[in-house]
Amino acid sequence: MIKNILLSLSVLLSPCLTHADNLADDKTVLLQSTTSTANSGLYDYLLPVFESQTGIQVNVVAVGTGQAIKNATNCDADVLLIHARESELEFVSQGYGIERHDLMYNDFIIVGPQSDPANIANLNTISDALTAIADTQSIFISRGDDSGTHKKEVSLWNNADTDPTIHSGKWYRETGSGMGATLNLAVGMNAYTLTDRATWLSFKNRGSHRIVIEGDESLFNQYGIILVNPAKCPRSNVESGQAFVNWMISETGQSLIEQYKLNAQQLFYPNASQ
Amino acid sequence: MTTFSQVLSEVAMLLSGPDPDLIEIVGLSLRVSVTATVLACLIGLPLGALLAIRPFPGRGLCTLLINTLMGMPPVVLGLMVYLLLSRSGPMGFLQLLYTPTAMIIAQFALVLPIVAALTRQQVEDSWKDYCDPMHSLCVPTTSAVQTLLWDNRLSLLTAALAGFSRAISEVGAVIIVGGNIDHLTRVMTTAIVLETSKGDLPLALALGVVLMTIALIINALVFSSKGKLA
Repeated sequence: MIKNILLSLSVLLSPCLTHADNLADDKTVLLQSTTSTANSGLYDYLLPVFESQTGIQVNVVAVGTGQAIKNATNCDADVLLIHARESELEFVSQGYGIERHDLMYNDFIIVGPQSDPANIANLNTISDALTAIADTQSIFISRGDDSGTHKKEVSLWNNADTDPTIHSGKWYRETGSGMGATLNLAVGMNAYTLTDRATWLSFKNRGSHRIVIEGDESLFNQYGIILVNPAKCPRSNVESGQAFVNWMISETGQSLIEQYKLNAQQLFYPNASQ
Repeated sequence: MTTFSQVLSEVAMLLSGPDPDLIEIVGLSLRVSVTATVLACLIGLPLGALLAIRPFPGRGLCTLLINTLMGMPPVVLGLMVYLLLSRSGPMGFLQLLYTPTAMIIAQFALVLPIVAALTRQQVEDSWKDYCDPMHSLCVPTTSAVQTLLWDNRLSLLTAALAGFSRAISEVGAVIIVGGNIDHLTRVMTTAIVLETSKGDLPLALALGVVLMTIALIINALVFSSKGKLA
């Protein structure tokens, strides 16, 4: 009886245990990425082309920029694709990355409730808008997770000479979660929040929220791509990683990024310098 | 606002045509959670039985520990397995991070204390009835464990189901050690998290309904097999 059970178990388990799970395969790239590029469908558009041209499979782990950098610092990445320029340069200067390339850009926007309680939709600068939000104590949801968007938000508050964190838990609310979760909260709480345009355009639970601030120069959102340094991470897959970085900043990759549209709107603008 | 009719129409959409992506995700969910549960039972059942009938110094402490580990937050366990399997971690050379195997390891560690603790309690209760006759007949520990596990098979099946339910429903551990990679480590729960983050709440809820339907079918299969086992 027990023999029979064990036998049937081993038959049941064998395909699971022998399955080719190995990521160390030369023909795979482990990409730690910010979420906006994944959630907006960009990878679904680009990666099949790259895979068919090179035979290299790209495995995307989409987390916030802060988390992506931490994972890559632990060597759990071959390539890093994020949007926080200063942190990227620091990553490279610490020796974890070989070289940082500009890849593409879009912009950040402030979204808020239709009623616009802080009355900021007609203001011209982001600093004026944030000051108005603070003055009227309108609810503002912050990522609060050290992501690229959060870092940008902190710098915007600095520019506006306002420290919202002293009001944390009152009108300034830090979710510590991803962009999507934060947008869900903002919609649920009738609050303002900062988001990248790509995530907003691909986000489905918008309720009656709308873009209230856009177009300020300081809302520029640059994405960068970095190959992880094999000198720091000997197990990284440098050949395939390099091939992927080269392809993304090549004419082929750049023109595909340009062509990617969601609901007839372009989400990312390529600007790699070769 | 998301309405029930939206969710229901999404469920109907998901179930109408055999969407290959959905089948892949469901298949991986089952493969990971069933494997983790079976492995946890292989070790947890005899371990729980031994804890129940074999006195040794520190047994009380072991029991306390296993009972406490039942409440381990999946995200904490996921982090521990992540640190272990990370390329810069002690087991990094195995190259297992972001693979289904890593997810099986994490869920195995989540399920093991549940199976072991529930088995221990069940076997201890029935051991009281066996204790004397077995001692007088000098039954060796191995056959005592075998007999007790077999005689308690119906209750222990419920323990295994409790473990499986924990595995199939958790997201905290698999999203950290699996990475929710499309076509590689995406399972039902991580797909639900992803769709929620995209704001597609009807699809997220519909996936939840599909997941619960699968759990229902598995429970029904086990329930109907109880008659044959009894």
